[in-house]
Amino acid sequence: MLKKGSQNSQADKGCSMYETIKYRVENGVAWLTLNRPDKLNAFTSQMNKEIQKAIKISAGADEVRAIIITGEGRAFCSGQDLSDVDEGMNLGQKLREDYGPMMEQIANCEKPIIAGVNGVAAGAGFSLALACDFRLVSEKASFLNAFVNIGLIPDSGNLYYLSRIVGHAKALELSLLGEKVTAGEAKNIGLATKVIGVDEWNEQLKAFAENIANKPTKAIGLIKRYLEASYHLSLEEYLKEEAEGQRIAGLTKDYAEGVTAFTEKRKAQFIGK
Amino acid sequence: MNALQFIETSISDGIGYISLNRPKQLNALNRIMVREIVSNMEEFDRDPQVKVILLSGNGKAFSAGADIDEMVNDDPISMELTNQFADWDRISLVKKPVIGAVKSFVFGGGFELALSCDFLIAASDTQFSFPEVTLGVMPGAGGTQRLTKLVGKTKALEWILTAERIKAKTALQYGFINKIVAPELLMEESVDFARKIAKQPPLAVRLIKESINKAVDYPLNEGMQFERKNFYILFASEDQKEGMKAFVEKREPKFTGG
Repeated sequence: MLKKGSQNSQADKGCSMYETIKYRVENGVAWLTLNRPDKLNAFTSQMNKEIQKAIKISAGADEVRAIIITGEGRAFCSGQDLSDVDEGMNLGQKLREDYGPMMEQIANCEKPIIAGVNGVAAGAGFSLALACDFRLVSEKASFLNAFVNIGLIPDSGNLYYLSRIVGHAKALELSLLGEKVTAGEAKNIGLATKVIGVDEWNEQLKAFAENIANKPTKAIGLIKRYLEASYHLSLEEYLKEEAEGQRIAGLTKDYAEGVTAFTEKRKAQFIGK
Repeated sequence: MNALQFIETSISDGIGYISLNRPKQLNALNRIMVREIVSNMEEFDRDPQVKVILLSGNGKAFSAGADIDEMVNDDPISMELTNQFADWDRISLVKKPVIGAVKSFVFGGGFELALSCDFLIAASDTQFSFPEVTLGVMPGAGGTQRLTKLVGKTKALEWILTAERIKAKTALQYGFINKIVAPELLMEESVDFARKIAKQPPLAVRLIKESINKAVDYPLNEGMQFERKNFYILFASEDQKEGMKAFVEKREPKFTGG
């Protein structure tokens, strides 16, 4: 109990230490809102670091069982703030120092992460949405793999995730043509989990996240872990890992509760452990 | 024996457990702690109940390294007189197999302790590193020697000079750990592995470990002679007679350790 208390205060403390994002925890959901609306929530180094920190804190806080990343104002995230880079900048170094660590933090987080794509997601903002487990997309939102339009390649894990989500051919098409993808098309190609009307946006985003937050969080983390592992293993190796994963799930309190609730014909009350 | 300050020990099912127990300091090793580890390894080595030793760390990490506070004011003469590394030398004299179960940070002295084990089972989140160079020093408890013997000069020099963090997958690839397991199952899998070794005839295990260690240090011909002598010695054991008899009779052997 003491441990939980200290983690609570850690997540709470999180609220006041950010300048480029807003962070709050409500009903088991950590809301991470990119907060540079006058710049369409474009990335600066500081924002990279603050997202990384907020994800790390959320991953370690017991009371957080789902994470939403969304944007303040009319955009989700327009990508790198170009006023924060100059032409002479070593872009490799920029990625290694700012974007790589943020993307790894997101990839290592075993809690479900939902991108609430409220508006345009362009460039690295598109990549950020791709790194999430779900993309709930506002009907007025759009995606843009803008990199090619300024002579660059999609970065921050973009091609890695995009090809897995939409397939090789579509990933190439979006990356080479650099054209806008509407919410409706995003749904058609499997990029959007769901398209939501503007009027219902807040309510539906919240409901989706809170529903996930009430599921067996540890099992969700294991599903994420082993699905990712499957891409790097032979079937034989994967089946060995899968057995480890199921052993871990079988030791959770939520599994015990799930089985008990099933035999008692009632709805399971999961605690995430 | 004095009460243990920095480790916990127990014996169960042929396995002698030693757990580093300074979790708040991420099991940073101080001199008394090292002495406790080594003395208890030696005690287990002489205890007929113990077939294999399992070393692990309580809390988040295996060990984040040596206790720097303890060394800040040292000078060469004080270190020569303290002779702290003499304790470390005794680890390599332990005859029974030592399994290290490692996780999270395995840095500096913690990495050297891990490299002193015969087997390493690592949680998938394990990171190894020798950060000594960033403090203006170098590994002093066998790091430059043991790592180099395990992985060769090329990578040992690179890792020790850059202080780079080595992930579990890389460690497996370079062959200085035996296995990667999910963090949640580190102890369960390590105990399973320890049980497998504990089931083998102890005298054969002992002489195999001794012979393989010689292969690292001896010229081939000397090593071959050493191996041969150990091979002959095993023919004086009861387990050799039982093992071969069981094989001929097509049944499972019952080893007694004699």
